[in-house]
Amino acid sequence: MEKIKVEKLGKVFGKPSRQVLSLLDQGWNRERLAKEKGFALGLWDVSFTVEEGEVLVVMGLSGSGKSTLIRCLNRLIEPTAGSILIDGTDVRGLNEAQLREFRQTRFGMVFQRFALFPHRTVIQNVAYGLEIHGESKDTCRKKAEDALALVGLKGWEDNYPDQLSGGMQQRVGLARALAIDPGILLMDEAFSALDPLIRKEMQEELLQLQSRVGKTIVFITHDLDEALKLGDKIIILKDGRLVQQGTPEEILTNPADDYVEKFVEDVDMSKVLTASSIMKKAYSITWPKDGPKTALREMEEVGISSIFVVDRKRLLLGIVNADDASELIRKGISDLKEILKEPSRVTPDTSLTELFALESFPAAVVDESGVLKGAIVRGNIIAGLNRER
Amino acid sequence: MTIPKLPLGEAIEAAIDFLTENFSFITKAVSNVVENANEVLVENLEKIPPMVLILLIALLAWRLAGRRIALFSVAGLALIWNLGLWGATMATISLVIAATLVAISLGIPIGIASALFPLVNRIVLPILDLMQTMPAFVYLIPAIPFFGLGPVSAVFSTVIFAMPPAIRLTDLGIRQVPKELIEAADAFGSSRLQKLLKVQLPLARPTIMAGVNQTIMLSLSMVVIAAMIGAGGLGSEVWKAIQRFKPGMGFEAGLAVVIIAIIFDRITQKITHQGKTH
Repeated sequence: MEKIKVEKLGKVFGKPSRQVLSLLDQGWNRERLAKEKGFALGLWDVSFTVEEGEVLVVMGLSGSGKSTLIRCLNRLIEPTAGSILIDGTDVRGLNEAQLREFRQTRFGMVFQRFALFPHRTVIQNVAYGLEIHGESKDTCRKKAEDALALVGLKGWEDNYPDQLSGGMQQRVGLARALAIDPGILLMDEAFSALDPLIRKEMQEELLQLQSRVGKTIVFITHDLDEALKLGDKIIILKDGRLVQQGTPEEILTNPADDYVEKFVEDVDMSKVLTASSIMKKAYSITWPKDGPKTALREMEEVGISSIFVVDRKRLLLGIVNADDASELIRKGISDLKEILKEPSRVTPDTSLTELFALESFPAAVVDESGVLKGAIVRGNIIAGLNRER
Repeated sequence: MTIPKLPLGEAIEAAIDFLTENFSFITKAVSNVVENANEVLVENLEKIPPMVLILLIALLAWRLAGRRIALFSVAGLALIWNLGLWGATMATISLVIAATLVAISLGIPIGIASALFPLVNRIVLPILDLMQTMPAFVYLIPAIPFFGLGPVSAVFSTVIFAMPPAIRLTDLGIRQVPKELIEAADAFGSSRLQKLLKVQLPLARPTIMAGVNQTIMLSLSMVVIAAMIGAGGLGSEVWKAIQRFKPGMGFEAGLAVVIIAIIFDRITQKITHQGKTH
């Protein structure tokens, strides 16, 4: 289901006339608009959709309009043109009271510099949104405690924000946003002010959290690694216009222009590529139908020294190698179970870095139900890296 | 050729006359209320035996500002009592309290309005500049036709003199609240009133309290000047000393003012700084 649908969204600061706006449709860029007409372009002609439970990452350099975009969604900045539908409701059509109600219940926002209230304790900060919505004291306390537990800050309720480290402060920020149980999380460079290690940790935790709470997230960043890690979908803005949107892989393998390519070229491919993007066809035989003889013949045919064994539903059972198979034939046993070994198992989204660390190859790529999807040999990893460069 | 003097003074006098004639029922009413309130305050303060009051003030100082201020209060107030200035001091304190209460209860709301509404700010700022640069004695003159000689005129001119810092620092305190906190409050759907009560005022509190402290100090200095229009209290002791040329007597009364000022200042300053550590 479409959670957010944005169409031809535009923001020009000041009070531009229709005629000025039409110049933008004729392709005027930000620089020309500022020089010749004196208006600052925030955004123009930006359209995208976000499905329920999806993470959309908005990326761009500073001044590309990403902050403006996220603030247009909840109208902290009033859009000049276009439409924004949240759960099918036109946000631009809401009056002041409706907008407040909408912000109180639909959006949880997390800020770059945390924006915690210094005069309120951690729990009071987290309860802020609930309090504003008019929840009872008990409900506030209870929901705020739950939200704090969710971000791992149980026991810090009565501290003040300035007694917490940066990473912890941003957890409070996240808990404050989660406490109102919004459908959408708006995260404005939420991890940019944190130091690199803490930042990685927070990214991991956000992903874990996301798998539990299933929010729709709009995440702003200028960091491609972060975008690739978190995003189900990425949109890239430049000078207020959308230059590319797609999945992380699409953007990596097929950058739309030099601007995107510049982002992409610094990426550490080994972190981005996953097992699914470099795996090869997995050769396998089926137990109990096939015995050691079939196994040996298969291996000979394709020139490999070991082969995976699956059951009739293609669930991975193990791996057998050629030496053991011939030994079995010599002994006159036909059940492969005797020589079955456990291969390295990885999932389709295991990263290349982790694949490097594996000890035995070939590794089996299996999905969450254990079905064999493909195989990875050491050579694939190196080749994969080179191919994508 | 001479340019005739502009009749500015005459115009203002005519305006004041007009106000006095047509609105005296208001000024009379205000006058009665303030006078009664002040009398009640003075009477009650004077009814309390000095010993008890000294201990009460010392206790208050000890709870709010610490032991040193408490000891100073005891010593200072005992000295005042000993010098025979107790009655005058009580009269001065009650005037200061009355004037400060009025100045704050007008000044803080005006400061809030000025911070939130640009139009109010544009109107209030030049008036404040005028109020603060006009020599304080000038306020004494129109007070008399409005309220007559006595404490009410003193309170009136003191309020005008002492209110600007309450307004200015309230305005400043609210403006100083970081923009990102305002944005956060907005993002969670706060109404204007919720934003004011839950974010802006609590964060502006230390600055507002600094304004209150300034207002008290200015009230104290103006109440002494207002002795010229019959405010009574320590100011009139100073005034008498000037007229009879008795420097010793003047110094004693002056010292009493200083002692009260220090006690008031330290206590309110401590409250201000408590606001900064949550």
